[in-house]
Amino acid sequence: MNEKKGIIFTGIIVGAIAVLLVKLGNPGNMGFCIACFLRDVAGALGLHSAGVVQYVRPEIIGLVIGAFLMSVVGKEFSVRGGSAPFTRFVLGFTVMIGALMFLGCPLRMILRIAGGDLNAIIGLVGFTAGIYIGIIFLNKGFSLKRTYSLPKFEGYLFPGVIFALFIIFLAVPSLLKFSQEGPGAAHAPVIVSLAAGLIVGALAQKTRLCTVGGIRDLILFRDWHLISGFIAILATALIGNVVLGQFKLGFAGQPIAHTDGLWNFLGMALAGFGSVLLGGCPLRQLILASEGNTDSVITVLGLISGAAFAHNFKLASSANGPTPGGQIAVIIGFIVMLAIAYFNTEKSTEIKMKEDVEIEA
Amino acid sequence: MKLNSIDARGRSCPEPVLMTKKALQNNPEALEVLVDNMTAKENVTRFAKNSGYNVEVTQNGNDYILSLKK
Repeated sequence: MNEKKGIIFTGIIVGAIAVLLVKLGNPGNMGFCIACFLRDVAGALGLHSAGVVQYVRPEIIGLVIGAFLMSVVGKEFSVRGGSAPFTRFVLGFTVMIGALMFLGCPLRMILRIAGGDLNAIIGLVGFTAGIYIGIIFLNKGFSLKRTYSLPKFEGYLFPGVIFALFIIFLAVPSLLKFSQEGPGAAHAPVIVSLAAGLIVGALAQKTRLCTVGGIRDLILFRDWHLISGFIAILATALIGNVVLGQFKLGFAGQPIAHTDGLWNFLGMALAGFGSVLLGGCPLRQLILASEGNTDSVITVLGLISGAAFAHNFKLASSANGPTPGGQIAVIIGFIVMLAIAYFNTEKSTEIKMKEDVEIEA
Repeated sequence: MKLNSIDARGRSCPEPVLMTKKALQNNPEALEVLVDNMTAKENVTRFAKNSGYNVEVTQNGNDYILSLKK
């Protein structure tokens, strides 16, 4: 299978599985949502106490293990890190604040559009605007500097921890918290969610599927490669939702969504901006974390912490709309992100190119 | 042979592609790009091909040397 077919195939599978997961019990337009699922995991671990969003989403476990196994089989498991780890933690944290303002990661944004949720179109406009701001800094020379090779064991730890969480989930669930009502209580059967995660994790690892990368590469390089995966998810989920009667067009009364356009726009703009600075959307960070990139592990920890803080301090939106705290947090988020972008942009934008350099072959 | 070269090892995408893009703005006949991961290898290769260059890949340990030629 060539690259192009691979990414489109992956998009189709992700879209189809997402629709099926909703049919089998996941919350509306939430077949996959990396932000929401990490938030649910944070809740299950008691890192926040919002009773309606606590569940160990087996999709997350599947994504990690699937990507890990695929990277090992494909000899792509490579342990590296050291590229501004705490900056990445803060970016992950802030991306989560934006995502929970909007109520979904970029992947769920696509799935919301595919379900007829017009608020998510405003989210997409904001997301694109955020990516655009990020690209301005990329073009000016923004960089979090290089990564370095690290001991192999460092890379096994994250998949190992996630696997341990899965064992606890199966063997001693009493240690964890589970929602009795609300989105956290809505889920497909464990085995289905796990299988869904495994398949998508493996495919996403192989094809580098990334929601932010799609729009970024299109603007930056006029490269349609990654966005073809994005479009395939949207098209497949749209058709699937119509066929299964899950499609409902409109702004009001959409599942786990609010209708405040300005804050939907700003929330996704923040998520898009941060994801460009990080080099990938939350899904991509989770996949990279599973194939040995410990900078992405730190980013995922930032996302989880952001989710915990968002619920502990009432920053996350609900169906009733954004909270005042959430609005302040998003604005602070922009300031923090602009500072990170500005102070990591090299002032000299000249091409770093050396003449007559011999490469040892 | 005089060769322009870029060391993009350790850089995560899209940086290697951006570095390549900037280097190709001068329209050189040839360029060598050094990367150390599959994603960068694929992305730089795709970008170079879209820009009208042929790409030859040589593996050197964990690194890939991409030779771009018109």
